[in-house]
This record gives sequence, structure tokens and C-alpha cells, in this order.
Amino acid sequence: MRDGAGILLSVEGLEAWYGESHILHGMKFDVRDGEVVTLLGRNGAGKSTTMRSIMGMVAKRKGSVVYEGTETIGLSSNRIARLGIALCPEERGIFASLNVRENMVLPPVVRPGGLPLSEVYDLFPRLAERAGSQGTKLSGGEQQMLAIARILRTGAKLLLLDEPTEGLAPVIVQHIGNIIRQLKERGFTILLVEQNFHFAATVADRHYVVEHGHVIDMIPNADLQANMGKLKGYLGV
Amino acid sequence: MMTLFGIPTAALFGQLLLGLINGAFYAMLSLGLALIFGLLNIINFSHGAQYMMGAFIAWLSLTYLGANYWVALAVAPVVVAVFGIILERTMLSRLYKLDHLYGLLLTFGLALIIEGFFRQLYGISGMPYAVPKELAGGWNLGFMYLPIYRAWVVVASLLLCLGTWLLIEKTKLGAYLRAATENPALVQAFGINVPVMITLTYGFGVALAAFAGVLAAPIYSVNPLMGSNLIITVFAVVVIGGMGSIMGSVLTGFMLGLLEGLTKVIYPEAASTVIFMVMVIVLLIKPAGLFGKGA
Repeated sequence: MRDGAGILLSVEGLEAWYGESHILHGMKFDVRDGEVVTLLGRNGAGKSTTMRSIMGMVAKRKGSVVYEGTETIGLSSNRIARLGIALCPEERGIFASLNVRENMVLPPVVRPGGLPLSEVYDLFPRLAERAGSQGTKLSGGEQQMLAIARILRTGAKLLLLDEPTEGLAPVIVQHIGNIIRQLKERGFTILLVEQNFHFAATVADRHYVVEHGHVIDMIPNADLQANMGKLKGYLGV
Repeated sequence: MMTLFGIPTAALFGQLLLGLINGAFYAMLSLGLALIFGLLNIINFSHGAQYMMGAFIAWLSLTYLGANYWVALAVAPVVVAVFGIILERTMLSRLYKLDHLYGLLLTFGLALIIEGFFRQLYGISGMPYAVPKELAGGWNLGFMYLPIYRAWVVVASLLLCLGTWLLIEKTKLGAYLRAATENPALVQAFGINVPVMITLTYGFGVALAAFAGVLAAPIYSVNPLMGSNLIITVFAVVVIGGMGSIMGSVLTGFMLGLLEGLTKVIYPEAASTVIFMVMVIVLLIKPAGLFGKGA
């Protein structure tokens, strides 16, 4: 893996700050082309900050974030997005002043190869039905669908999904699990932040455990059962 | 003489027309203010000075270059927009992370400097600017006399406001603008160059003010203080309409202009304060303004 073959995203020595608080202390992990990788960890471990740092959305960051061979640490977030990385933020970020259709087509196409809008609607038929509704009038689950759906047509290859199952009913969590597996089949690479490792185990190839702003362990999904005790210890569950 | 509610109709409609004209200026100016506040979080106190600059550019280009009204109407907004873009890039852009108060103070200071500059050069007595010959004269409507130029101002203002509204509510560019007003960081993370969008929005907002300034030149004389006389009322209009609501600003602008005109007929003593009384009442009942969102 160190030879770099097949590595889409390589994070090394990543430090990040929110105002005065130093959140990330040397994050180091890789995501290979076509993988689904999760960041697991307790609240406040720095998982969401890692996502926002990859995207260039923190005030100050240091270290190295290489995407497809391009160092992005000095780039602004709009330039990073244009390389083909897209974020589905934890708070979903649905715009109240835009209707569902406008929310859906808001992120510009940054590269060829995204899903056509019709296929996005095939994955999320509910969003087609509600195309004219105000974005924030959707239910929580529908808003989450929209937040994922709108980054599929941009041509971004690496999707950063920040807690897509948070606060949702089990049936919707299942649906999102199905969607993530379908996206993997279609060749998307996904970095997933999750609190719910039972859910993570159903979709991911590998798991990184994050604590106090750095990675403390990496567990391949195949070894998850064997490492359950250790993982529960890390997560305090 | 015809009367309505004991008021001569010519006086009533005359004042209502004046009110409508004032309303047109309130609407155009508060529209720009609302746009700028929405995206930049800056209360643009130099808006009045930029409106005045529009009128001055019209007067200067006529006096020294012989450029007519229509040329001024096209050129002045561009010149003032460029001036605004330079201000935004060199000064305003440093304030976005600070409290609103800093932007207000900076733009207030800029307004004083700009006005002082024109005052120094041209005094405060005001220069006349003739109505363009295509729009001279008027129509006798029977119940009142309607100067063509004034009708033009109302129509031009309505078209401008409608066009801006369509641009913001119905186009992709407008969707970016609305989204960036809510969550600029996320819009930028989708690949949009939000800083450039902010700069252009400021340029567009002050261009609207300059356009209004050119429209105003033949009605009010061209005077360095014409903007500061107007801007306090415009701020009251923005507060009543609700900061950040485009349609709200436009409707409120016209409504309050009419209300002011009506008050001039019924109880002239209150005409200059009626808008502020409305502001107090609206703020007591609906602190976010008539069209404002949230509390």
C-alpha cells in the first residue's frame, strides 16, 4: 500500500484548527480507489474536522492531503472540489431558500462521469416527487437523501459522507446502506464518518479508529468480528 | 374642482405620484442594500454616496463630455460598480469575519469621504440636470398632470426591480447567490468561487444605487448630499421590509413611498416621520421585519 498504487487519497501529518482550538494532531490514513473507508471514533475525536479539512473548510490546516497525486493542502475549497471531491456535510446543508430541484442541481459538474440526473432520481425516487418543495420542508431522511443525491451528478469520484445515518429511522438507515453499496459498485470511492459501527460494518472495506485528532488503529472489515472487543474499548460502548 | 374625501384630486394624485417616485428610489436602493447585506453581512452605509456618485457621473459626463442621459444611464452604474469592487477587494473583504458594526463604520466613513470630496469640488447648492428631451413634457390625465419623466422613473424602477428579482429567484446564478447567502462555506466546497461572487454582488448592488442616482438627477438636483438625505429613510425601509428579503425590500419601498405621499396630503406635518413611526410599530410587532425570516 505504501507504494502508492491505487491510492486515491493520502492524508499524512494533518493538523487542523478551529479558531484557537487545535483539533487534529497528525491524522494519517489512505483511501484506495473504489474503497469504502470509515472513520470511527467517539464524539469530538475529530472525524468531522478531518472531512472538513480534506475539503479545505477549516480556518487553518497543515500537513499533507494528496488527492490523485495532487497536493491540496494549499488550495481553497472551491479548487479542491474541482479536483473531484464532494462533501455531504453532517448538518446536511440543505438550502432553505432553494427548492429540491434547485438544491439538487446546485453543485456544479466538476468533471465528466457523474451520474445523469435521471439516474440520481432513479436512486432516490422520493426526491423526484418532491422536486418543487422547499428544501428544508423535506423530512430528515429525505434531506439526507438529497444531500447525498446532489453530489452524485457532479463527477466527483471521492465522496465524503459525514454521519449520513445520524438520527434516522432504521428503515432509512438500511436504504442509505443500500445506496452506499450501489455507489461503490458504480465506482465511487467513499470516506464515511460513522458513530454506528454496526452500520459501518455493513458497507465498509476498512475502518480507521480516530481518537484525540489522530488515527490510533486500522481494522479491515473482514477482521472486525475478531477485533470487536478492542473496538468497543476504543469507542467506549 | 374635483375632490375626493374633501381633498382636491389634483393634489391627492400629485402627492401620490410623488410618493410613488420616492418609493421607486426607496425600492431600488433598499434592493441593493438587501443583496449586499445578505451575502456580505455588510450594512453598506456608503450606498447613499454611491447613489450620489451615479447622479454626479451623469452630470459630469454631460457637462464635460457632452454624453447624454442614456449614455450616463449605461455608463454610471459600470463606473460605480468598478469603484465598489475596488473598495470591496481592498477594504470590505477584510471585515467579513467581524461584527456588522465594523462594516457599518467603515462604509459610513467612506460615505463621509466621498461626500466631502464632491462637496469640496462642487459645493452643496446643487446643479440642475435637464430632463432628456425624449422624456420631456407630460400628459394631462384629466384628474392630474403626469410628467412623462416621472412615469418613466416608476416604470424603469419597476423593470429593474422585477429583473433583479427574476435574476435572483429564477436563474442558476441566483440559486448560487441564495445558497451562498445561507451557507457560503458549503457553496464554496461545491466548487463555486464564492469570494468572486461576493465581489461581483457588491459591484452589482452599488451599480443599482448608481442607476437610481442617474434616474434621480433630473428630478432632484445633483447635490453631494442627495444620498445622505435619502439613505436614512432607505435604511428604515430595509428594516421594515426585513433585511435580506429581495421582494420584501421592493414592495416595502413602494408601499412606504405611497404612504409618505398620502400623509403629505392628509397631515403634512407627519410626512417626514411617518416611515419611522411605521418602523417602530413593525419592530414592536414583528422584529424581523414584514418579510423577514426567523426572529
